[in-house]
Amino acid sequence: MARIEVNHIRHSYLPNPQKDSDFALKEVHHTFEDGGAYALLGPSGCGKTTLLNIISGLLHPSHGRLLFNGRDVTNLSTQERNIAQVFQFPVIYDTMTVYDNLAFPLRNRRVPEADVDRKVRETLDMIDLASMANRKARRLTADQKQKISLGRGLVRSDVNAILFDEPLTVIDPHMKWVLRSQLKQLHRRFGYTMVYVTHDQTEALTFADRVVVMYDGEIVQIGTPAELFERPRHTFVGYFIGSPGMNVLPVSLDGRTAKLGAQRIELPGVPKAEAGAVELGIRPEYVRLGREGMAVQVSKVEDVGRHKVVRANLEGREIAAVIGEDDEVPAEPKVRFNPAGINIYADSWRVEIGA
Amino acid sequence: MDKTWNNKAWFLVLPMLVLVAFSAVIPLMTVVNYSVQDTFGNNVFFWASTEWFEELLHSDRFWEAMVRNLIFSFIILAIEVPLGIFIALNMPKKGWGVPVCLVLMALPLLIPWNVVGTIWQVFGRNDIGLLGYYVNALGFNYNYVQDPFDAWVTVIVMDVWHWTSLVVLLCYAGLVSIPDAFYQAAKIDGASRWAVFRYIQLPKMQRVLLIAVLLRFMDSFMIYTEPFVVTGGGPGNSTTFLSIDLVKTALGQFDLGPAAAMSLVYFLIILLLSWVFYTVMTNYDAER
Amino acid sequence: MLELRNVTKTVGAQEHIRDVSLTLQHGSLNVLLGPTLSGKTSLMRLMAGLDAPTSGSVWFDGKDVTGQKVQKRNVAMVYQQFINYPAMTVYENIASPLRVAGVEQARIDKEVRNAAALLKLTPYLERTPLSLSGGQQQRTALARAIVKNASLVLLDEPLANLDYKLREELRAELPKMFAATGTIFVYATTEPHEALLLGGNTATLSEGRVTQFGPTVEVFRKPVDLVTARTFADPPLNAIVLSKKGSDFLLEGGVKLPVPPELNGIPDASYTIGFQPHHLSLERPNASAVPVRAKVTITEITGSESFVHLDFADARWVMLAHGILDFETDDEVEVFIDPRHIMVFDQNGRAVTASKLAA
Repeated sequence: MARIEVNHIRHSYLPNPQKDSDFALKEVHHTFEDGGAYALLGPSGCGKTTLLNIISGLLHPSHGRLLFNGRDVTNLSTQERNIAQVFQFPVIYDTMTVYDNLAFPLRNRRVPEADVDRKVRETLDMIDLASMANRKARRLTADQKQKISLGRGLVRSDVNAILFDEPLTVIDPHMKWVLRSQLKQLHRRFGYTMVYVTHDQTEALTFADRVVVMYDGEIVQIGTPAELFERPRHTFVGYFIGSPGMNVLPVSLDGRTAKLGAQRIELPGVPKAEAGAVELGIRPEYVRLGREGMAVQVSKVEDVGRHKVVRANLEGREIAAVIGEDDEVPAEPKVRFNPAGINIYADSWRVEIGA
Repeated sequence: MDKTWNNKAWFLVLPMLVLVAFSAVIPLMTVVNYSVQDTFGNNVFFWASTEWFEELLHSDRFWEAMVRNLIFSFIILAIEVPLGIFIALNMPKKGWGVPVCLVLMALPLLIPWNVVGTIWQVFGRNDIGLLGYYVNALGFNYNYVQDPFDAWVTVIVMDVWHWTSLVVLLCYAGLVSIPDAFYQAAKIDGASRWAVFRYIQLPKMQRVLLIAVLLRFMDSFMIYTEPFVVTGGGPGNSTTFLSIDLVKTALGQFDLGPAAAMSLVYFLIILLLSWVFYTVMTNYDAER
Repeated sequence: MLELRNVTKTVGAQEHIRDVSLTLQHGSLNVLLGPTLSGKTSLMRLMAGLDAPTSGSVWFDGKDVTGQKVQKRNVAMVYQQFINYPAMTVYENIASPLRVAGVEQARIDKEVRNAAALLKLTPYLERTPLSLSGGQQQRTALARAIVKNASLVLLDEPLANLDYKLREELRAELPKMFAATGTIFVYATTEPHEALLLGGNTATLSEGRVTQFGPTVEVFRKPVDLVTARTFADPPLNAIVLSKKGSDFLLEGGVKLPVPPELNGIPDASYTIGFQPHHLSLERPNASAVPVRAKVTITEITGSESFVHLDFADARWVMLAHGILDFETDDEVEVFIDPRHIMVFDQNGRAVTASKLAA
């Protein structure tokens, strides 16, 4: 396994990129630590797959260097980088058995057959497919095929990293849970360096120790799931992570208070916002709906099973609040913001709140 | 997949049924009629029972033509399929080269059969034909009119030239439908060029290859126009395939009874082949 | 009103739809929920008239339309793949059903522009679909379904190929778009939470059968059988087979789970107990909650919450807990089951409820 350094990498699909907007990846500079589980999260077109393909060597970056354990691999081929990759749609060798599919990468590298057999059997146990070793791979279900794709990576002892490109897209919801937790267990047990590309926040947050949020060819924030939830650095992260996303309200500041229309909201401290458009961000989970606080008009209550999402109007702004599954909306609903959940943004970027 | 039923639809099908009756069923009945009768002309017919069929099945001429036909089909398949795959593999997958190659490939398929025959008939002549002249100039004694071997070579080269494109186009369609992820995964797995072909491209082409092989086999089994134009079945009977033999019998000798029996047998063989084609294809799809 | 009466569809030896009866009202939103190959698409094809049922009949507003062609039924369908006419502009794509119907130009223009505004496509009307993003392409397909003013709109996993956030937005907008038109709206999905977010009614499908049909939240909270409960659970339903003795279900380790008071009359036997992940908790939620010791297999954090996967005896459970928990694999934890929130199923998988007991 390896530490992967992405050193000032820029990439454009155009032959002669001029402007910043010509670049699919504007500039990415980041180190993926050895044995870490990372997710690259963002909407389509944000450059996450481009970055993944640069790491795997399927793409050669326009600028910058890529290092594995300090060694420059920018000009090495995919084979020479010794990485494994699982794609969106399961890639299996149709005509081969499950066993032969797993043996394929080893036989290509002329590993002695005795070692091949040992490694393949180990891997079959790891991915829970030992009982299907002699089945034709094309007869399996989508989730089993996806495990074979993964297995072809795990079988190699020299793998530097395992890369995933939206691997659960074609898997049914129930199997997604099973596959995801198996993946996480494999990571815990064997300490692979894993990079997982997805647009699905639940997949990213549950899989990764650290999530890299990307937007428009750049990294917006890198953090643990808790950091991304509680302290989004940019309003985009607030919006993109969380379901529903963070409420973002334009406010004006007056010391420790934020003014929203006629309402005054107490802040935990004085924000260090110098200039620019100031906004207050608060997640629906931190909005308390009750009989005290600022009056709102409730427009809709969505019962999503384990809780309810209340859509309301506060000073002419749409806001969302989360209440418990057995909670009711009071007759004259009012909201309060839990100060612990308040973030202040100037020009969309988060500012510190001082004492 | 069955569709919604609709009684009015039958009225729309009716003209087609009438047409099929006139174009296929009635002539076929005529042939059946001829095949069990004998005539000395003047529209006087005698019941001949299965005489013509027995004669046919014991006729060396028929079996020789049949064997010739099988050998021919086998040779052109052995050339056209690998060659077609090879060309398809080397065709560009994107860019301006794609339409150019596709048009070039489609060209021979657009030429009428008899024109193909005429082209090669002239092309191969050693007096005025470009090919025939230069092959002889190079010191080979090439003369498809006199030498059976040369005649075979000419007919085979002509068929390869005419029909390899079909195999190429089918294979190409199979190849471009393979998602990029397969090639990327193969790279990551360290697969050699041969392994990529053997484990990704070939399996993905399997279906279209099956179609190509069966189509080409049936088609070559029915070949008539081109060899007829080039060699007329000669020299001797060396390139007399089943269809040429049939026409010789029917029109050349005006042996209507034997010709009709032969037509029916020929027809049954083709029918049998179509059935095999159909069964193999449906089994293959069911297995998928 | 669309009625399916005992509809069955067999293709070859396979039964794709088994004896389905459903009644869908005008102006209603109906979700078909079930895993891949459970029969959602087959059922939609039968509703649309693309296929005819092998047996049973389809009725529309009191008229038997079984076997009637799809062209005559005024149906709109949107698929998972973004299906548009690639050579036409977005404008022409949206206008196409009106052109087919021979509507005059002035009205076409008005309706196309209305639909485009509703779906935020106005800036792209002169572009071709392939130059647009996936979300915009699917919006174009949806706009075409809207202008058609169909009496039946069928959406087959329309958001499956879109980004998560885009899905969230379109999902919220979709019911609104069709709400005013009095259309019968049918939406197929594999994802339970999508059904909950859409609301309306839900029919759960399993192996070609509709296992339950009713208001979405009711189906979710009060499934009539185990199959429905499993279909409508994401993460997978927590379940365990227990034997009942007197007023308790017996758990491993001598722990007793009290039978909900309203079910006290059920005979002693073996039952399957099911409960939702958020009804398993680390703190005692109330006095009657029962503690059990389970082993952690893995913890997944979603930001504000954690999914803790647990092994209890042979059962695999998921607990949804507030806050960020970081248990190690194989940690033993004490978790509480709230007997007020358990679902009880008999040996045939039928839900045991108080009303059934009374009957």
